Amino acid sequence: MKARYLVPLGIFIVLVVFLGIGLTLNPRDVPSVLINKKAPEFSLPDLFDENRVVSSESMKGKVWLLNVWGTWCPECWREHGFLMYLKGEGVPIVGIDWRDESAEAKKMLAQEGNPFLAVGVDPESKAIMDWGVYGAPETFLIDKEGFIRWKYAGGLNAELWRTELKPLMDQLEGS
Amino acid sequence: MRRLWFVFFLLVPLVCQSSIEAYSFEDPEKEARYKVLIDELRCLVCQNQNLAASNAELAKDMRRLTYDMVQRGATNEEVVTYMVDRYGDFVMYRPPFNSSTYLLWIGPFIILGIAILVLAMIIRRKGQEQTPVTSDADLQRVEHLLNPSKDKSA
Amino acid sequence: MIPEIGHIALILALCMSLAQSFFPLVGAHKGIPSWVALAKPAARANLLFVLVAYGCLTYSFLVHDFSVAYVAQNSNTKLPTLYQISGVWGAHEGSLLFWALTLSVWTAAVSFFSRSVPDVMVARVLGVMGLVTVGFLLFMLLTSNPFDRLLNPPMEGRELNPLLQDPGLAIHPPMLYMGYVGFSVAFAFAIAAMLGGRLDAAWARWSRPWTNVAWVFLTLGIALGSWWAYYELGWGGWWFWDPVENASFMPWIVGTALMHSLAVTEKRGAFKAWTVLLAIFAFSLSLLGTFLVRSGVLTSVHAFATDPARGVFILMFLGVVIGGSLMLYSWRANQIKSTVKFDLVSRETALLMNNVILVVTACSILLGTLYPLLLDALGAGKISVGPPYFNSVFVPLTVPLAILVGVGALMRWKQDDAALLFKKVWIYLVVSIVLGLLLPAVFAPTYSFGAALGVGLAIWVLLTSFNWLLDRASGGRGLLQVIRNTPRGAWGMLCGHSGVAIFIIGVSLTSIYSVEKDVRVEAGQSYNLGGYDFLFHGVENFRGPNYQGARGTIEIFKDGEPVTTVYPEKRNYTTGMPMTEAGIDAGLTRDLFVALGEPLGDSGAWALRLYHKPFIRWIWLGGIFMALGGLLAASDQRYFRLARKARLAAADQVTAGAA
Repeated sequence: MKARYLVPLGIFIVLVVFLGIGLTLNPRDVPSVLINKKAPEFSLPDLFDENRVVSSESMKGKVWLLNVWGTWCPECWREHGFLMYLKGEGVPIVGIDWRDESAEAKKMLAQEGNPFLAVGVDPESKAIMDWGVYGAPETFLIDKEGFIRWKYAGGLNAELWRTELKPLMDQLEGS
Repeated sequence: MRRLWFVFFLLVPLVCQSSIEAYSFEDPEKEARYKVLIDELRCLVCQNQNLAASNAELAKDMRRLTYDMVQRGATNEEVVTYMVDRYGDFVMYRPPFNSSTYLLWIGPFIILGIAILVLAMIIRRKGQEQTPVTSDADLQRVEHLLNPSKDKSA
Repeated sequence: MIPEIGHIALILALCMSLAQSFFPLVGAHKGIPSWVALAKPAARANLLFVLVAYGCLTYSFLVHDFSVAYVAQNSNTKLPTLYQISGVWGAHEGSLLFWALTLSVWTAAVSFFSRSVPDVMVARVLGVMGLVTVGFLLFMLLTSNPFDRLLNPPMEGRELNPLLQDPGLAIHPPMLYMGYVGFSVAFAFAIAAMLGGRLDAAWARWSRPWTNVAWVFLTLGIALGSWWAYYELGWGGWWFWDPVENASFMPWIVGTALMHSLAVTEKRGAFKAWTVLLAIFAFSLSLLGTFLVRSGVLTSVHAFATDPARGVFILMFLGVVIGGSLMLYSWRANQIKSTVKFDLVSRETALLMNNVILVVTACSILLGTLYPLLLDALGAGKISVGPPYFNSVFVPLTVPLAILVGVGALMRWKQDDAALLFKKVWIYLVVSIVLGLLLPAVFAPTYSFGAALGVGLAIWVLLTSFNWLLDRASGGRGLLQVIRNTPRGAWGMLCGHSGVAIFIIGVSLTSIYSVEKDVRVEAGQSYNLGGYDFLFHGVENFRGPNYQGARGTIEIFKDGEPVTTVYPEKRNYTTGMPMTEAGIDAGLTRDLFVALGEPLGDSGAWALRLYHKPFIRWIWLGGIFMALGGLLAASDQRYFRLARKARLAAADQVTAGAA
């Protein structure tokens, strides 16, 4: 048998293997390029007081979470309860209220509780673009030196907290 | 993750229709560059559209940012670098030329090269072959298969 | 009750297709005439059952049976009847049923129109098509049953994707499917020929008309899709190199190569192994397209709702069908001895070069389409491969192809004299170069070498193609007589190649000379673009059957004379999905295109997008010419003469086939 007639079959088999791996991946998931990079600075007007500024500066030396949310995002409502739980655990969370009606946002926090140390408003995606965010909710973990160590696109939950986030935070706190 | 983009669909159910902003430019060169940029940058929400065609809120903001940067005199490279620094290579419809994309950019040339090589070999061999006899027999047999009636009358 | 009948019909169709593949294939192998004879009735019964199933689903749509999940998800009582009918193929499950239906139609057509082909061969062909049908029916029954019921049927259904609520897009998928599935006939003929161990010119002649017809459907399907994108998506583009567009374009390119290669195999007995491989490729790429669209491995505007189980099934199916046929190929291709001789300067070489360029193009598109997936699978990051890449690969490859189009047909089989050939064409060469360089300088607003290249190439293709006709007249016969004696196949070639020239003009002039502008206008204001004044009269709201609309009125003037008035629309469907309907004034040499944006502020100002697109119609016109060419070629009399003669000589047919 001449080998050259096997070439198409060979190429096809390689292709099928890749397509098979492709089935296990999510093509829409764009990984952040910012992991282990210095967190972008932001300073946004405070949701509750336009004259105050919420900035990444004030979080220096802490291990903290940045959560991007909006009242227009159903998953954010689902996640909210868990953020309240994290607040109870003493996790410092800064919120960015993205492209939202401030009145609506205030109403939601009044109703459902406010898990955030501070909430900056970002009506024109200025800050979130620096963070490479393209959907909500999205959460970043920043360490004491101000480096992004972890990111999650989608609603946080107990499982994730137990298996990934908590161990990582403990480790970062310790260092 | 799967959940998240399901949410996207509920939330912005294909609002990926083109949106029109009517930005004004004094400098036609800048306008042309802006057009090229929003054509070649990919929207991250409606992932199969460029910024120009997407109506997602984020795409609007990204267009405005592009407009602002171009108006301030940023070069195309600066705008693209700005986006790539934040969203990664995914945001460019024109893939970069680096170690992981060598094959992509050079691949067509390799395929063409191999094809031309094979072609040259075949043509050389075909020019040298001396046995057209069997092929005629083959053709006759085909003719018989296809055209038995002619065969019979002959 | 009706949905259950549909479901049962599907199961029966599966049984039929099992019988249709098992008995004929085994019977042909072992030489059992009664088993071979089962092929045709089984194929026709299969069509009958699939038709029943399809009828049941259509009926469920028409009577708004929302207890059927598929109907509830894709229609509601307010949906116009036309879209109730087209809604059947509007989403995953139903479109799969439509796929199966087209496959059965093609299969039954082969069973009716292959009287000139030996029974054993037909049996094998139908058997192979039966195997493909089995795969699709199983896929449907196991993972995507369109007849699934809802326990608590809703009072009102949801909505058919508004993108599909358009006459153009309603018939675009059927055309595409007819094309994709049509390539299964050439594929089945190739496999049957390999199974029979006889890879001669006969299978090529039998499968040529089928391939042509399939290609015609695919051409029209793609052209329709592109036209639809142009007027519906509102950004004036006609091709975006989206993965799904590529998925339809790759089989088209390979199908084009196949048509030409089949010609060589039939007429000269050359490239036998290669032609078989192309037949396998063309259908494989159709199947791959199905996989890409329905498995969710690539993101696309056109993608169906995805489910990993479906992806796994189609991948396995791909593995069996393509892997199996390539294995058979690697075994059988060995035994083919091609002994046909031809020279460097000959029509064979020209067609081989055409094949090489087409296949290289298809491979490059495949590479670009799958590359993001490959990188992701290797964990090497996410990238996007879009229009900039594909254009820079596709355009340079088209140039040598266009140069070959006309000359190829002028060359003689076996061997030609290069000097003689040059003597024939040098004048055309000069004319196309001069006209190419000159025309843009005279007529275009700005000079562009790209436009010169495009125009020059198109003229070259036209001149050399028609020289072929003159060439035939040179033998002392009058032109009229030649025209009368030229077979349809040859007219098909002329027509198809003219389509290429028209297409080249359309693409190059549109992409170079289009101008667009996004403007803010208030009622009574006008804007000048491309020599036309667009006068905006304002926007009024109206109510459609299942949407809220806003319609703008724009009057267009040229030099103060009114040209036309266009009415671009914006629609908000009940599902909350907005759609734009551009206002277009179509013309042979230019389109004027207005898309309505959003209201800006409270002053009655609106955002408008204006386009002046020269020669854009020529893109689709080229497609129509190509399709017409394919149709002419497929209807060439000799295929029918053949069938008639064969019927007369049916008696000694059997022995020839069974040998």
